[in-house]
Amino acid sequence: MAVETLGSVTLDGEGFFVHPDEWTEAMVPELARREGIDPLTEQHWKVIRFMRQEYLQKGTGPAVRALSKSADISIKDLYQLFSKGPAKVAARIAGIPKPRGCI
Amino acid sequence: MATEMVAEKTAAKPATIEKVSIIISKGSLEGIYPGLIMANGARAEGIEANLFFTFFGLDAIHKKRHENIKIATVGNPGLHVATWLGGFPGMSSVMTHYMQSKMEHLDIPSIPDFIEMIADTGAKLYGCKASIDLFGLTKEDLIPQVEDIITVGEFYGMAAGGEIIFT
Repeated sequence: MAVETLGSVTLDGEGFFVHPDEWTEAMVPELARREGIDPLTEQHWKVIRFMRQEYLQKGTGPAVRALSKSADISIKDLYQLFSKGPAKVAARIAGIPKPRGCI
Repeated sequence: MATEMVAEKTAAKPATIEKVSIIISKGSLEGIYPGLIMANGARAEGIEANLFFTFFGLDAIHKKRHENIKIATVGNPGLHVATWLGGFPGMSSVMTHYMQSKMEHLDIPSIPDFIEMIADTGAKLYGCKASIDLFGLTKEDLIPQVEDIITVGEFYGMAAGGEIIFT
């Protein structure tokens, strides 16, 4: 899949930000819409902001189980919010690289 | 008389996997975890997942057995423990405890917790009818997360169009 641009932003073949610092919160609704998330609820925002924060603090976003434990949201709820993979999709919307983890 | 054979091009496989159906057929700790990781990993990638437990794999979804799954210590070359040593009473329990504490360190959930988590992700869990009959079990013996007891034919039906992973 070719690298595409969202305005002046560069995404990799899987849709992740190549340069996380190009991300702004204003992009979130459009990014969410591209993931089929509409409407964007407070719970979605909570997860997206949390993923971004973890990346900025630790250099990487959490995988699903770690996300569930530290953001204190159940796995069930996470998959209801982001049915195509919570950590993966929220990372795309939060403008951070894909988290690497097997659990 | 020549017959013309027209080669028909089958539709190209999509670039991503959309569905996986995973079979778990072993009853040891190391025999069960790979299938669980595959199922959980599939869901985290947005891939639909079915888990089919057969033979000793049923232990993983058996109410009375799923907390007592052990490492196989006899005749298990991958464990790098001599068979005569692995056969000592208690060896299996010791190795299992050791492995479990290492897994806890890495936040890898226990089999019961992991299966509950996998069910929460929306993956569907099934028991194999042939094995259920063989072991004289019923759905009552299985954990509540199990969707149904199905036949191999029904498994093939639900696996159609996706990938099948045998463990």
